[in-house]
Amino acid sequence: MIQFTDVYKRYPNRYEALSGLSFHLNKGEMAFLTGHSGAGKSTLLKLIALIERSSHGQVLVNKQNLTHLPKGKIPYYRRQIGLVFQDHNLLHDRTVFDNVALPLVIAGENHREIGRRVRASLDKVGLLGKERNLPIALSGGEQQRVGIARAVVNRPAILLADEPTGNLDPDLSRDIMQLFEQFNKVGTTVFIATHDHDLIRTLPYRQIQLHQGRLAQREVE
Amino acid sequence: MSLSTIMTNYFLRHVQVMLFSLGQLWRQPVASLMTVTVIGIALALPAGLFVLQQNMTTVSEQWDDSNQITLFLKTTVSQVEGKQFSLDLKKWPNIAQVQFQSAQQSLSEFRQLSGLGDLLDSLPNNPLPAVIIIYPAEDIVSPDAIGSLLARLEAMPQVDQAQLDMEWLQRLRSINKTIHRGISILAILLSLSVLLIIGNTIRLAILSRQSEIKVMKLVGATDRFVRRPFLYTGFWYGLLGGILAWITLMITLGVISGPIDELIGHYGSNFDLQWFSVNMLTSLPSIGVVLGAAGAWLAVSRHIHMIEPN
Repeated sequence: MIQFTDVYKRYPNRYEALSGLSFHLNKGEMAFLTGHSGAGKSTLLKLIALIERSSHGQVLVNKQNLTHLPKGKIPYYRRQIGLVFQDHNLLHDRTVFDNVALPLVIAGENHREIGRRVRASLDKVGLLGKERNLPIALSGGEQQRVGIARAVVNRPAILLADEPTGNLDPDLSRDIMQLFEQFNKVGTTVFIATHDHDLIRTLPYRQIQLHQGRLAQREVE
Repeated sequence: MSLSTIMTNYFLRHVQVMLFSLGQLWRQPVASLMTVTVIGIALALPAGLFVLQQNMTTVSEQWDDSNQITLFLKTTVSQVEGKQFSLDLKKWPNIAQVQFQSAQQSLSEFRQLSGLGDLLDSLPNNPLPAVIIIYPAEDIVSPDAIGSLLARLEAMPQVDQAQLDMEWLQRLRSINKTIHRGISILAILLSLSVLLIIGNTIRLAILSRQSEIKVMKLVGATDRFVRRPFLYTGFWYGLLGGILAWITLMITLGVISGPIDELIGHYGSNFDLQWFSVNMLTSLPSIGVVLGAAGAWLAVSRHIHMIEPN
């Protein structure tokens, strides 16, 4: 589903964030991306979300070669990926419903379908009663759930998360991880960048560990 | 999905965005009102001047057929001689009509129009000459023909001065033309400023929503989707500014129409002012909408594609 082949990412200041990285993530797999801060986790996710492009090497996602994807096609490509961020990235002047509906509105879905799918999505993350609230009225954990509901509302093939539990306490973090597992069980490929080792140690998923922009030897099954 | 469903969805989406943009203006009433007012004034000023100038043109066109010649006779010509001279002139083939006015009649007419009766009474004798007003034959319309008639009349021994009344009309028209051009330049400059005001307002709106735009792009929004609400914001600014300009114009012209009617009354003119033509009501908002959309386009085309998630 996601395949990196000898990928380099150099920034204009000569800093090399990724050096010759190769790995493969299967369809329907769930995996963690670990490593110290500065190891290149965020850069790697940015390459998958096409926020950045690789300097060298090939990135294949869902059978599409991102190296050659024209700029005008990027929005349509991003609709196949659900993104979850550490700081949620919600729109604070819009209700929970409108936040979750955003990807569907952008995709031009009709009104009835939007209502149905937003409610289904909020139901899955346990926030069905809060659709009229503004994000500011929710707790940190709830805001993250809204972010996840928005990421899955248009049923993406891939779910990417960058430190989704970074600001949450252990109990809430476990809840969030269980949510990701649920989505994985219905076939979504899930790839989560995290440094929460205590949490993922207990979970039976592959870890892809980065060290200074390279794949660290230890790959835990 | 059938084509008609797609079209309906597309149309509905535009209506939604349109109302959403209007709602955003509504949520910041003071800032929006200030922008709309500036646009309104900038549009009302040239429009008001155009109305005045149009009316001036209407007045001068009413006098279009008044290419009459006024002959001022020498004071040595007696009233009887003058009368006889006018009858002679009437026989000329290129003169249709003559009208003799004795020196005494000139004096009483002047007394009546100027209200300077007391001053005239103090003069030892009548300073005004006898006058013959000549209406050329209908086929004498070209400037050349009238010019040669004028020259012939001026050469007559009884005539002190022959004056073509067209001359001052032509002068009025030149002034009118100059004013028209001045107003046109003013209109262009003010339209340009409306364009830039809206462009700048939209630019600030875009910059203040930068993080929101980034989020939208992250969840798959195209540039077109992101810029649509901003274009509609420009549309609303222009439309509301245009309507405000029309209202301003109506009020202003309503206030000054009284004094102007009075002024025109003094000149004994018989024409009605044409203030509120219906096309002002449609043209001002239309111009506003065009300028608003263009100004917004200027801003979005420069800024939207530069805001990318990082």
